[in-house]
Amino acid sequence: MRNTRKATVTDRFLDFITQSEAMVSIVVVLLGFLVGTILVILVGRNPSGMYSAITQVLTGWDLRRGTWNARYIGEWLVMSLPLILCGLSVAFAGRTGLFNIGAEGQYVAGLTAAQFVAIFGPQIPFLHWILAILAALVVGALWGGIVGILKAKYSVSEVVATIMLNYVAYFTSRVLTMMIPGANTYRTPTYPQTARLASPFLEQLTNGSRLNYGLYLALISILFFWIVIGKTRLGFSLRATGLNKEAARYAGINVNASITTAMAISGAFAGLAGAVVALGSFNYGRVLGGLDGYGFDGIAVALVGNSTAWGTALSGLLFGMLKSAQPLMQSRQIPKEITAIIMGLVVVFISLRAGVRMLMEWRMKEQAKKGRVIE
Amino acid sequence: MRSYMENYAIEMTDITKIFPGVIANDHVHFQVAQGEIHALLGENGAGKSTLMSILFGLYEPDSGHIKIRGKEVKIRSPNDATALKIGMVHQHFKLVHNFTVTENIVLGLESRNILGNLDVRKAEKRVQELSDLYGLAVDPRSRIESITVGMQQRVEILKILYRDADILIFDEPTAVLTPQEIDELIEILHRLKAEGKTIVFITHKLKEIKAAADRCTVLRRGKYIGTVDVKDTTEHQLAEMMVGRSVSFKIDKQPPRIGEVVLQIENLTVLGAKGVPAVRSLNLEVRSGEIVGIAGVDGNGQSELVSAIAGLLPVKSGRVLLKGKEITHSRIRDRIESGLGLVPEDRHKHGLILDFKIDENLIIKSFRRPPFSNKYGFLQFDAIREHALRLITEFDIRAGSGPATPAKSMSGGNQQKAVIAREIDLSPELLIVAQPTRGLDVGAIEYIHRRIVEERDKGRAILLVSFELDEVMNLCDRIAALSKGEVVGIVAAEQADERHIGAMMAGMVMEGGTHA
Repeated sequence: MRNTRKATVTDRFLDFITQSEAMVSIVVVLLGFLVGTILVILVGRNPSGMYSAITQVLTGWDLRRGTWNARYIGEWLVMSLPLILCGLSVAFAGRTGLFNIGAEGQYVAGLTAAQFVAIFGPQIPFLHWILAILAALVVGALWGGIVGILKAKYSVSEVVATIMLNYVAYFTSRVLTMMIPGANTYRTPTYPQTARLASPFLEQLTNGSRLNYGLYLALISILFFWIVIGKTRLGFSLRATGLNKEAARYAGINVNASITTAMAISGAFAGLAGAVVALGSFNYGRVLGGLDGYGFDGIAVALVGNSTAWGTALSGLLFGMLKSAQPLMQSRQIPKEITAIIMGLVVVFISLRAGVRMLMEWRMKEQAKKGRVIE
Repeated sequence: MRSYMENYAIEMTDITKIFPGVIANDHVHFQVAQGEIHALLGENGAGKSTLMSILFGLYEPDSGHIKIRGKEVKIRSPNDATALKIGMVHQHFKLVHNFTVTENIVLGLESRNILGNLDVRKAEKRVQELSDLYGLAVDPRSRIESITVGMQQRVEILKILYRDADILIFDEPTAVLTPQEIDELIEILHRLKAEGKTIVFITHKLKEIKAAADRCTVLRRGKYIGTVDVKDTTEHQLAEMMVGRSVSFKIDKQPPRIGEVVLQIENLTVLGAKGVPAVRSLNLEVRSGEIVGIAGVDGNGQSELVSAIAGLLPVKSGRVLLKGKEITHSRIRDRIESGLGLVPEDRHKHGLILDFKIDENLIIKSFRRPPFSNKYGFLQFDAIREHALRLITEFDIRAGSGPATPAKSMSGGNQQKAVIAREIDLSPELLIVAQPTRGLDVGAIEYIHRRIVEERDKGRAILLVSFELDEVMNLCDRIAALSKGEVVGIVAAEQADERHIGAMMAGMVMEGGTHA
């Protein structure tokens, strides 16, 4: 009697967590936190510090002092924006059957283009930064599109091509940016004010954080992804190509054009991320001393977000939260590396989806044996 | 009636094997007497292959007992099966193409001389002896790539004989053979039986059972239906056992009303995967209102021919004309728009996007135009759904959750109906149908045949490619026999006889055949 009861509880739990991909993602994230918490305990620290840091990032409440400051929320969003955008970049390619490891390179390309327009563009309010954003979109799209063309025309693996182009983008960016008059080995002169994405309203709302127009751009990007992939003719052919290239070709879809378009759009997302960072978080152009890593994080973001628009947005917020909680954790004697460990764990667990699927199949079989489900 | 009671070579009792979502074998019994030829009959998905895979140690049953020669055994791997002298000839041969016959046969149990070299002489001698004993007529020194498919199958037989098997399992052995080769195989089976071997062969072809088998066990949807003496049972009775209801084999059709030429192929040469011509200077015409069938054994250029017409493979030389308009090098989309429909051979590779829902699959060729998308490029989901609902009703597609059913969750027959529904609904002038009924059950086959004939009667030109000679002979108005990428002869269906077409499929040019 007790045994059967126990079985139904387990059954219900498994039914619950395997009912949808979204639920799997949520369970996986919780699992990551659980293991992270255990690790914190194992190294002899109090895990409540970790959660109070996270609470502060999410709500602005500092539980230790009992004070509230909205700036933390703003900074969390600022940190999340490039993660969401790079996540969308990888996710968009993923929906089309492509693995874009090169979001980092496209990000750098977009960032560099935006910096140039910021310094040399016409100093007209709004128009200036809009031009910079457009430049980043175009250059990011080109950087991604090249890979698409290589893949479509010459069957060059997009994985190899994008990785290589990451380095090309990085060093080219350094060389070009250093050529800007007044630039030294790590920065350019300060931009004119008109180039900045700063939004006084958002700054005021978040008590002087760096939150900027990038927020709106990210929202538009999420909507764009959602609509294009799900609701348009273009999205239909891209998805068809991604799921079964042969069948798409048979149905008269121009597979080569699909691949190129998808990589270009994917690159544009990453390019936009570069521009949002360059114009939103900095007031001068950087001569990059290393890769920012948002493009690489985007791979994990897209993976956890299951390559959907809203899933990627949420997982970008999650990763952004972990990243912006790092300094707060350190001040609470929690090793900040724990956030990287949690991110890593989440990615590993999510890769275990195959395992979850096996679990589901095993359960179906058990049920079939009991005569519950047949057909 | 003979009694087989005392001497069973194989006794499988109460075998149950469950795969996720299906019970492949549901308490199945299977008893084969020593020294008989026993057919295992059932439709696709009836559980024949699963049962034999269990016997050969590829799967372990979830429950049930196996006795071999009266002794209870557990067969955990093919090695166990070999040790029990059970051998299997798989449907797809497992041969190394650039090895000789002997090298293939000894692969895995090579005996080496003192210098560590393969002792080929000895092996060759043994292969020759076995070949002579059973009348297999195989040259131990030929290379696999240079011998016919029928011969390759005999190499597979030799391979298991060489390992001293005396229970031989054949998995759909006739699927890849021409009618002549099938006759030869049946003779070989009798010879093996005469030498005391026990033979099980899996099939869904009734004629072969009548010709070869002593007894026959029938499975239907994983369940054991019965075992009968073949000589006391008619083909119709067997078919009824297999399908569970009475079936008609004849296709009702009126004489064709033939119109103008729709598809014209002139001197078409297409390169195959290895860069060698798979279709050679082929000429063919299909007129409106007729069904032209391509008869041929798998791998004689059928796929390449169809792919070239559809634009999936480039044409090396020659011309393809659709209603007089040259489409030799046109884009695939343009061909579709000029009225070319194709039910592809491989519905999983080309026919469907398995991860798409059924409503999406039904518009993959027409999603660009109204009513499925508007002029701004947005998909019109209501129209897409209605279209799917209409086709689901009209073509009797069984889809669990209606238009939103993922294609991959549907049965093979319903997937095929969906592909056919999509193609027929586009109402193409030329409909190419490749292997339309492969892997389907009898009910679905009847239905699909009827729809194809209906399209013909609407005045469409239909090109049918099938490896099932019966299907070609029943359905078509003219039959073109294809061998090594060439049309060997074209005959009108009413004058066609199986021998004659079989000979042409084997590459012999017959006088009765008229070239187009």
